[in-house]
Amino acid sequence: MDKLLEAERQALRGDIPPFAPGDTVKVHVKVREGEKERIQVFNGLVIARKGGGVRETFTVRKVSQGIGVERTFPVHSPVLEKIEVERHGVVRRAKLYYLRKLRGKAARIAEKRDA
Amino acid sequence: MITGILGRKIGMTQLFAADGTVVPVTVVEAGPCLVVQRKTKQNDGYDAVQLGLVGPRPSPRRLTKAVRGHFEKAGVPPTRTVGEVRCEEGDAFAPGDKVLCDIFNAAEHVDVVGVSKGKGFQGVIKRHGFGGGVATHGSMFHRLPGSIGASAFPSRVIAGTRSSGRMGGKQITTKNLEVVKVDAENHLIYLRGAVPGARNTVVKIVKKRAKTQAA
Repeated sequence: MDKLLEAERQALRGDIPPFAPGDTVKVHVKVREGEKERIQVFNGLVIARKGGGVRETFTVRKVSQGIGVERTFPVHSPVLEKIEVERHGVVRRAKLYYLRKLRGKAARIAEKRDA
Repeated sequence: MITGILGRKIGMTQLFAADGTVVPVTVVEAGPCLVVQRKTKQNDGYDAVQLGLVGPRPSPRRLTKAVRGHFEKAGVPPTRTVGEVRCEEGDAFAPGDKVLCDIFNAAEHVDVVGVSKGKGFQGVIKRHGFGGGVATHGSMFHRLPGSIGASAFPSRVIAGTRSSGRMGGKQITTKNLEVVKVDAENHLIYLRGAVPGARNTVVKIVKKRAKTQAA
């Protein structure tokens, strides 16, 4: 098992900033359109982190034109140009799926202030 | 040219391709192996190399004198696992030579021989993929094999009729696996897809035979 973990560790990206559910992030995604490659930004709230090692994924939720949009990315995918953490939120659970039922003011999350 | 190597299955994980596609891979610790014996056409009727997989040493007490002598003759410390891979006639391999996983390159295709996980005594549905019956509506026929042949003629069950019994624990060859990555430093080979057996199973990785010209 150790050797498997070690082999996996090689595939991990070291440049991912620490972030947790409740944080607001900007995910820069490389998009290929034919020959050209450009960067698309997905800006939203992290509502879950799942899995471990190379398999780890995170789900970002945003509300676009009144419609909730969620995208799940593998944390260590080479498709991610970078992840910017905009703000850390105060939350009391690991999965924020309850936000799906809330909108507007109720769906806000307080910002974490470092003491 | 040596056509294969012995290894130990480490487990499965995934790698990302450059475009972000996830590639399922099996990690195999392949080698280092030592040549224990060179079999030649003259002597043995075919050309091959007998390899010993370097790993935990077997207890010397448990080796028979015959086995110990075989390794002593080669001048190689005894290994727990020994296997044979084919080579070509003029190849210069001597006992004691090292075979490493760098005989493989990424994007090459290989066959993997190993012993599958034992499944124990299994019914006909799991073992042979029979359909079974419906679960409800009082069918009273769920996972049974059904008819195994006619009656007075032939008055026997045809040999080879698929039936329940021991499943798994047999030698299986998975053909045509792609080598995704070779990590020569750590003796690791990454193969696309699954490989027979449980973790730590000894497997033999063999280069695909060159296709015959008709193909």
